[in-house]
Amino acid sequence: MELALLQLFNGVQYGLLIFLAASGLTLVFGILGVINLAHGSFYMLGAYSALTLTSMLGDVFLAVVVGIPLAFAFGLIIEWLFIRHLYNRDHLQQVLLTFALILIFNELQRVIWGSREHSIPAPEYLRASIKLTETLSYPVYRLALTGICIALSVAMMLVIQKTRIGQLIRAGESNREMVELLGFDSGILYRFVFAAGVALAAAAGMLGAPIESVYPGIGERILIISFVIVVVGGIGSIRGAFLGAILIGVADAFAKVYFPAFASFAIYAMMAAVLLLRPAGLFGRS
Amino acid sequence: MKISRRTALSLTGAAGASLVAAPFVRPSYAQARAVRVGLLLPFSGTFAQPGEAIANGFMLYYNQNKAAFGGRDLQFVRLDDESLPPKAAENTNKLVLGEKVDVLVGTVHSGVALAMSKIAREAGLLTIIPNAGANDITGGLCAPNIFRSSFDNGQPGFATGVAMLKAGIKEAMTFSWRYAAGAESNSGFKSSFVKGGGKIIKEISIPFPDVQFQSSLTEIASIKPPAVYSFFAGGGAAKYINDWAGAKLNQSIQLWGPGFLTDGLEKAVGANGNGIKTALHYVDDIDTPTNKNFRAAYQAAYKQAADVFAVQGYDAAQMLATGLAAANGDVANRKRMFEAIKGATYTSPRGNFKLSVGNNPVQDFYLRELTGGVNVNRGLAAAAVGDSTQDCKAR
Repeated sequence: MELALLQLFNGVQYGLLIFLAASGLTLVFGILGVINLAHGSFYMLGAYSALTLTSMLGDVFLAVVVGIPLAFAFGLIIEWLFIRHLYNRDHLQQVLLTFALILIFNELQRVIWGSREHSIPAPEYLRASIKLTETLSYPVYRLALTGICIALSVAMMLVIQKTRIGQLIRAGESNREMVELLGFDSGILYRFVFAAGVALAAAAGMLGAPIESVYPGIGERILIISFVIVVVGGIGSIRGAFLGAILIGVADAFAKVYFPAFASFAIYAMMAAVLLLRPAGLFGRS
Repeated sequence: MKISRRTALSLTGAAGASLVAAPFVRPSYAQARAVRVGLLLPFSGTFAQPGEAIANGFMLYYNQNKAAFGGRDLQFVRLDDESLPPKAAENTNKLVLGEKVDVLVGTVHSGVALAMSKIAREAGLLTIIPNAGANDITGGLCAPNIFRSSFDNGQPGFATGVAMLKAGIKEAMTFSWRYAAGAESNSGFKSSFVKGGGKIIKEISIPFPDVQFQSSLTEIASIKPPAVYSFFAGGGAAKYINDWAGAKLNQSIQLWGPGFLTDGLEKAVGANGNGIKTALHYVDDIDTPTNKNFRAAYQAAYKQAADVFAVQGYDAAQMLATGLAAANGDVANRKRMFEAIKGATYTSPRGNFKLSVGNNPVQDFYLRELTGGVNVNRGLAAAAVGDSTQDCKAR
């Protein structure tokens, strides 16, 4: 029983972190209609820039505070250079271009940071552990991270539900043309949304870095699971992504311990089950 | 300027062709043609670091002993295998058929090496594997022309099991990635640990290359074994060691594993890795002139410290030199080359070793303890460890 509770906690905690990464993807996919394979690369670049910024500033949270605006600006540039040309093209061309971005970013990572593995220390004041059982402790940083993820999730939902920008985003998601007819420049809205998506992915990479470690290839892992979450939650739905991420985190944690042989496809089985019952995802519009 | 689609296409085509052709431009031959050595190694991706170290080690031996290769010069053709098994056959053929290399050296990834050695076995050319540990290559699929300068996957596990028994550990759990290399490593460990009277309490695993260890760590904590044997490597291992320390399991449970659990990660894990014990066929501070000279020369040449991969590359070159010298530089005299390579005793930075029936090193394993970011030599874990399978029928 105690083990099951701990696993539930592990699952929720992992789910919150991947939600942060997936939320950006669902926004970009849902509102811009762009399949962005490079989303994982933004997570990776976030993790690596946290490495550099932390060594310069001395604290990973300072790195995040400095890094998020940088990531947002980077997103604006990438959108202007590449993504805006994709809105009226088919998915194959989107996949090709964003796949090319993955290759470029991976090479960039190798040139700048090399092929070695790195760790980022948690801040001094969060380095303690809380004793959960006789042998198991929980690092305080993990708990703090859970808190930060919850706070960011709530903030994101408030922005989307309660603010004018959020209103525009929701309107853009349900009917692009109507938003334009009403006199809003959807180009600016799209650029903003894409940059926000990049910033969210990078933030997840930066915040997760002290527990995930930093090494080549971390971005690809996050990309696949993010797509699963987006599909389970319903394309474009932040609430759906939240629920989907938690479900997947918990399914993963339990499968690993109780059905180890089943663990590698537990999350995909879960996705299949959700799609059978609700083909458009949990909160998707069919 | 407006570029038509046709011009753009032909430009891209030309640029692409020159990119592909660049590494393969052949210099004019001297009177005695140089021996062509194909280096099929990962120069990009997750295994770029080991790939580079192997190539460096190989070059170091060649540059130090140019006269030892039967009077022949070597000419190198490097090809990035990207650690992608689906491209392995194509890449091997590119070297063997396209480049007509006389010798094949590669690679790091076992899946790539298995596909490569299948072709090499048919082609019959001298092939030296400087890392990939799949047991079968020098086991059931062994061949007279295929040699390995590294290890088979069961060997480090076997040695770790011996060392754990010696340390008085009677019970242990295993926790590894569920894939071929992890399974071979675990079974090597069990073959010595269980045989010597040790008991495996439970075996758990997670899919390769998953790195979400937290739920498994929770399970380990609930079982409380005295020791855990783990096979992980690279970035995954760095995260595992950090998570292990974060959960404070390092205060009550001993963590053991094959050397790859900590190799190359000493700096990345820092104090979190303190106390982790691993067995490997190399440790930095082996106190022999060969090792000291090797390390000093490597540092001078490449401005970085040598690691186990560099040693394996160095010894691969040594094997090639042995074969070429015996055949007086005649690569066509394969029988002579293969016999010499098989029969030799190698003076390696890791210590002396000979080859087994399957052409895999029979070698000593060192017990290493990670202490303050350095793998410290704790003496011999197991002496003269041979092949993990007896499947090679000598031909």
